[in-house]
Amino acid sequence: MIEAQDISKTFDGRTVMNHVSAVFQEGKTNLIIGKSGSGKTVLLKSLVGLYDADSGDILYDGRSVRRMGRKGRQALRQEIGMIFQGSALFDSLTVEENVRFPLDMFSNLSLYDRRQTARRCLRRVNLDKADNLYPAQISGGMQKRVAIARAIVQGPRYLFCDEPNSGLDPVTASVIDDLISQITHESGITTIINTHDMNSVFSIGEHIVFIEQGNKLWDGTQDTILQSNCPELISFMASARRLMEIGK
Amino acid sequence: MLFIDSSLSEVGKYCRFMYQVVSRPEKWSVFGRRLLEEINKLGVDSLGIVTLISFFIGAVITIQVANNLDNPFIPKYTVAFAARETIVLEFSATIVCLILAGKVGSNISSEIGTMRITEQIDALDIMGINSAAYLAGPKILAMILSVPVLVVYSIFIGIIGGVMAGSYTGLVPLDDFIVGLHFTFKPYYIAYTLFKSTLFAYIISSVSSYFGYNLRGGALEVGKASTRSVVVSCVLILMVNLMVTQFLLS
Repeated sequence: MIEAQDISKTFDGRTVMNHVSAVFQEGKTNLIIGKSGSGKTVLLKSLVGLYDADSGDILYDGRSVRRMGRKGRQALRQEIGMIFQGSALFDSLTVEENVRFPLDMFSNLSLYDRRQTARRCLRRVNLDKADNLYPAQISGGMQKRVAIARAIVQGPRYLFCDEPNSGLDPVTASVIDDLISQITHESGITTIINTHDMNSVFSIGEHIVFIEQGNKLWDGTQDTILQSNCPELISFMASARRLMEIGK
Repeated sequence: MLFIDSSLSEVGKYCRFMYQVVSRPEKWSVFGRRLLEEINKLGVDSLGIVTLISFFIGAVITIQVANNLDNPFIPKYTVAFAARETIVLEFSATIVCLILAGKVGSNISSEIGTMRITEQIDALDIMGINSAAYLAGPKILAMILSVPVLVVYSIFIGIIGGVMAGSYTGLVPLDDFIVGLHFTFKPYYIAYTLFKSTLFAYIISSVSSYFGYNLRGGALEVGKASTRSVVVSCVLILMVNLMVTQFLLS
């Protein structure tokens, strides 16, 4: 379980996160939803420690990040996998080398074992013929899969995904969502996904947190979201629902 | 006042960055592999431009000196002596490093800057890797190891350029040139030029890495950071050159 306690963050005097507290449940796909610019990415990056929150604390299964030393934080990061909005694959490395990279840096496995592990992860994300290609030579959807494979190669306890299906067509987006959800349940990982895609909410969202202008306005489940009386959330969902109706 | 404030803050940030860079690598084998890659990319790949510039400048220096010392009372070997001193003391270390600041410095800054805006540096941080040390460490060490070698190579090629220009134009016969090359040769000057080229290599690589690493914004900023890193490196090279020369030669 990951717990954000009263997190605030300001950039150049502009408050982008205002005393946000939220609990992200263990072994579930937790979604942070909200409009673009609502503070989702700042919250996610604060949770993983890429941004230092101005106030508040983050607890990973009861371990306070604020009280952790440098080594403690480094050890915690070995338990974290992250998928970035733009995949963030290393351009100079092949697909297999990208996936193998965390193992090359931290494991004492032989090269053969590292390669086998990387290939197993690539097969898990249904990519088994792209090992020797470079990120620039594969599609956006494939890049996202490689990013997922790299994020899970060390067997993380926590998985963070920043808009994993942005820039993808609806079919590929749904495949990526399903893949993340399956991996979460297979390995009992605590997954947190940033998204503004209502399809993701209704397909894989088990616990949902709604953010608006740096404030947490609502949290609940897939079943309760439609009964919410939070006007901002209703307005957020309404636009997506209109799209769904057009689709029908 | 504001300028001093921002300059001091920049120096502070640079020191913090360098403190991160000099920490122990996560894995020495990975560091070693990256070091060899960087030596190849930053050093070996610069051989072409260093050869071209050194050869022609060496030739031009010789012709210019010969034309300016066109006096029957001044022996011909003086031309080779003057060309050697110019190439060893100033051209091969300072001018070659200024050129490398443009070529290598902009390359380092834009490479690291692009990694910053595409979140590749964040990805390294998330994995628990010291991204500053991982990215900048091998580049800085590769430059410190490669540039002195490039400078010695540049001296050699510059002198060959001088010999060929002197011989083909008939301004300085080969025998006189060789006498001039040996005339009052001080090995200390080579040590001096290698010392300052090592400092310049450090300036180029660390300043460019710093500007790339601390880049904020989008693609436009990559170009700006690259330009800024080249300008700052060049200014620092010129200032350090003056200080080192005053300190070591006067």
